[in-house]
Amino acid sequence: MAEILSLHDAVARYVEDGATVAMEGFTHLIPFAAGHEVIRQGKRDLTLIRMTPDLIYDQLIGAGCAKKVIFSWGGNPGVGSLHRLRDAVEKGWPRRIEILEHSHAAMACAFEAGAAGLPMAVLRGYVGSDLPKVNDQIKFIECPFTGERLAAVPSIRPDVAIVHAQKADRHGNVLVEGIIGVQKEAVLAAKHSIVTVEEIVDDLDVEPNACVIPGWAVSAIAVAEQGSLPSYAHGYYDRNNRFYKEWDAIARDRDAFTRWLDDNVYNAGGATQ
Amino acid sequence: MSLDYTASEMMTVTAARALENGMTCFVGIGLPSEAANLARLTHAPDVVLIYESGTLQTKPEVLPLSIGDGELCESALTTVSVPEMFRYWLQGGHVSVGFLGTAQIDRYANLNTTLIGDYHDPKVRLPGGGGAPEIATNAGEVFITLKHSKRTFVKDVDFVTTLGFGRDGKGRDGVPNIGRGPTRVITDLCVLKPDPETKELTVVSLHPGVTREDVIEATGWEIRFAESLETTSEPSVRELEILRELKARTDRKHAGDV
Repeated sequence: MAEILSLHDAVARYVEDGATVAMEGFTHLIPFAAGHEVIRQGKRDLTLIRMTPDLIYDQLIGAGCAKKVIFSWGGNPGVGSLHRLRDAVEKGWPRRIEILEHSHAAMACAFEAGAAGLPMAVLRGYVGSDLPKVNDQIKFIECPFTGERLAAVPSIRPDVAIVHAQKADRHGNVLVEGIIGVQKEAVLAAKHSIVTVEEIVDDLDVEPNACVIPGWAVSAIAVAEQGSLPSYAHGYYDRNNRFYKEWDAIARDRDAFTRWLDDNVYNAGGATQ
Repeated sequence: MSLDYTASEMMTVTAARALENGMTCFVGIGLPSEAANLARLTHAPDVVLIYESGTLQTKPEVLPLSIGDGELCESALTTVSVPEMFRYWLQGGHVSVGFLGTAQIDRYANLNTTLIGDYHDPKVRLPGGGGAPEIATNAGEVFITLKHSKRTFVKDVDFVTTLGFGRDGKGRDGVPNIGRGPTRVITDLCVLKPDPETKELTVVSLHPGVTREDVIEATGWEIRFAESLETTSEPSVRELEILRELKARTDRKHAGDV
């Protein structure tokens, strides 16, 4: 059963240097508070997996936590580039990182295959794309029944998955509502999982088909109020679109970024923005 | 009587008109989203809009800044997981048209959203593929909308993120279970369609006031024009009003976010 820990203790226990980590949440419920805790604890050489690296991985990359990033769309949604990701890829600052890029369909299928305990995912994908030429994790196989050529990618099996959700009950059962992305798949695909929540309640009060992750399938629950800002938590708070726009100027400049990190992460024992 | 409208408005209205009632459209963020919602608010109230965040049949009141804005979920018929979206709804064959934007397009309508320059030493790193590679092959057909310039319309893209018709125009030939691919490209200058034989993009319609020279000047290859070149219809007063209201609503919403 999930242990209810502080965010500090959950990250200290489950995120080791060199680990493969998936922090998921498709634009919604992005676990920023947990990402900041990973930065504060100075974790290094992480392989970071996320369909959309978003600001959270821009921050982790700029803080020097990542050695490799696996993703499928690396932009600031509706705004432009992720400048810390670009600086690391183009100029090697603060360190050179390796990237491995997929399409959304392939990554979604790879998370699902990981949750299903399979070694790989099969999809009708990457037809005519140059991505297989630069990513040796994309192969093509022949369907044994029809002979159709299909794409195959290895399943995603992270050491630890970190997701944010609206609430958990005292047994660690988690309710995810709204855009549910690949959160459930990420948790089930990973060896360990940390779920941060807005609140812990006595009764989850769920509908029969709600997206619930049972407490016995989760390693740790940590409360992080407003833990997904500047993304949002359906039913709790809206996306801070203004901050996403402001991030462009902050991240464009190494000094501005470093100051932002000092003020909002290192010296802000639990900043949520 | 001639109306007062911008080239961008002309592009959005023309792109919106490409969508018909009854279509199921997988919508890319940005210009495609603006056009698709304009279609829904004007001539195609029953067009079904799907975004890759899992929102099925969504009717946003304002344009989303990101593909996963809460507005999309709150106004959707239902919201499914991202794997379900790509596997059941897109790959399963329920999407009639994919509506995409791009950073670069070439003469065979291949799209590049990955990088400019060499892959291992990029001049400019772009966001990457996202949903586009599979939208472009699994949707029944593909509409593309982007601004026309020599920088965006290149003879050969640096990187084929997303298949149009391949480097030689034959990229879809003999491939089973693949959509028709790009059937029209809408820019702020004109409408292009692939030649039925060679698949090379050809101008079929010029927007009012745009000359052949304007298009030639803004295209990175020797662009061809259809024999029966048409003039695109101007936006109507109603279309412009609804588009401007939609954009004003959107700006107010995003500026007010705290």
